[in-house]
Amino acid sequence: MSLLRFDEFTCWRSDESLFNPVNFNLNAGEIVQVVGPNGAGKTTLLRCLCGLYDDYQGDIFWQNSPWRSRFYDFAQSLLYLGHNPGVKKSLTAAENLQWYTGIQKGIAAQLRIEQALAEVGLEEYTNTLCQEMSAGQLRRVALARLYASDRPLWVLDEPFTAIDIAGVSRLEQQLQKHVAQGGTVLLTTHQALAIEKVKNLTLEPCFDEVLLES
Amino acid sequence: MSLESYSLRYALSVSLKRELLLAARQKSELFNPLLFFLVVVIFIPLGITPDKIFLAKLAPGMIWVFALLATLLSLESLFKADFEDGSLEQMLVSPLSLSWIVGVKVFCHWLLTGVPLTLLAPVLGIMLFLPADAYIGLMISLFIGTACLSLIGAIGAALTVSLRRGGLVLSLIVMPLYVPILIFGADTVNNLAQGLPYIFSLLILGVFFFLALLGAPFASAGALRISVTA
Repeated sequence: MSLLRFDEFTCWRSDESLFNPVNFNLNAGEIVQVVGPNGAGKTTLLRCLCGLYDDYQGDIFWQNSPWRSRFYDFAQSLLYLGHNPGVKKSLTAAENLQWYTGIQKGIAAQLRIEQALAEVGLEEYTNTLCQEMSAGQLRRVALARLYASDRPLWVLDEPFTAIDIAGVSRLEQQLQKHVAQGGTVLLTTHQALAIEKVKNLTLEPCFDEVLLES
Repeated sequence: MSLESYSLRYALSVSLKRELLLAARQKSELFNPLLFFLVVVIFIPLGITPDKIFLAKLAPGMIWVFALLATLLSLESLFKADFEDGSLEQMLVSPLSLSWIVGVKVFCHWLLTGVPLTLLAPVLGIMLFLPADAYIGLMISLFIGTACLSLIGAIGAALTVSLRRGGLVLSLIVMPLYVPILIFGADTVNNLAQGLPYIFSLLILGVFFFLALLGAPFASAGALRISVTA
């Protein structure tokens, strides 16, 4: 069944479309990598999907109805991880995760939070303030959400940034486990994924305006 | 209790806990407005006149004006950090209504700025020889008034959160809306100090509070959405 369908969809920035309109179908149980050169609008596309950007044309269909009209339902199945993951430096790892699951209207037991942090290799840092952590560890605090939440659709913008090799392969395993359980992943990364059956959503930058000017 | 209302309560309590923890770990931001309030009011007798009768006339208005400015000083940071580290995006993406989250943040702002200012005000009243009858009015009017200031200020803070130097614009947006609160707040204290009926201006302040409580969380949530998505 079609979970998400992009229909002639493109994002605009200062009166220019960023990429040629895309038509794309995303089914439950798939991993889709958004590919395209820097500045092609990968991040903008993901932000737009999550309701964080409004300048777009075309439509996206969520379970066959326009997604903005059912945004509340859509948001209830969404886990979004952006460039700035929203980890507070003056809170501990566990406090950050508890807040996150709380505002997602999930109720996370302390045990589950500790498990999630252990999964990303932070079991020693549960009660450490995030300002005492490295960039990679901060990123791991954000990634622990993938283990603490039940959301079926994951939208991940550059999830591998600042993560070490072992961490990357564990994250890839988690993505595969998620889709094996019927979940869906939409991600951007410049790394080659060691995962089979990754679908590509290619964004072609729109150069029309530039050509006209030159 | 249904799961829906339980998870809403949980979400609100978790947000409240987060705000209070953040405030407790960044104490300087907590004390800045209070220190400003204290220092300015100490300077008034030094800079103007130590004359008792003159200061007593000035006191209600002065205390109110500086409570207002102290609140304004603390407003810029209300949503700034959440905007910069991406927490605001997570709040927007979450199925929890943004108005609730804004409500919690504004409540904490009032609890940590407005309430301490209210508690500090009588001390400053003594310094400015405020007549004894006026203290209770000063506290009540500041208690309600600072809540209005936090609520209305949140709209301005939300509108200017994406601007690099939004402080000035924030003041310009919020100042006209603060004028009636200042007028009726200071009026309450003045009337009490002169033994005139004061209940009318206090009631008007109450009306402002309810209007702000009904409107401001939604307006701020809308403004935040615009600031993030634009």
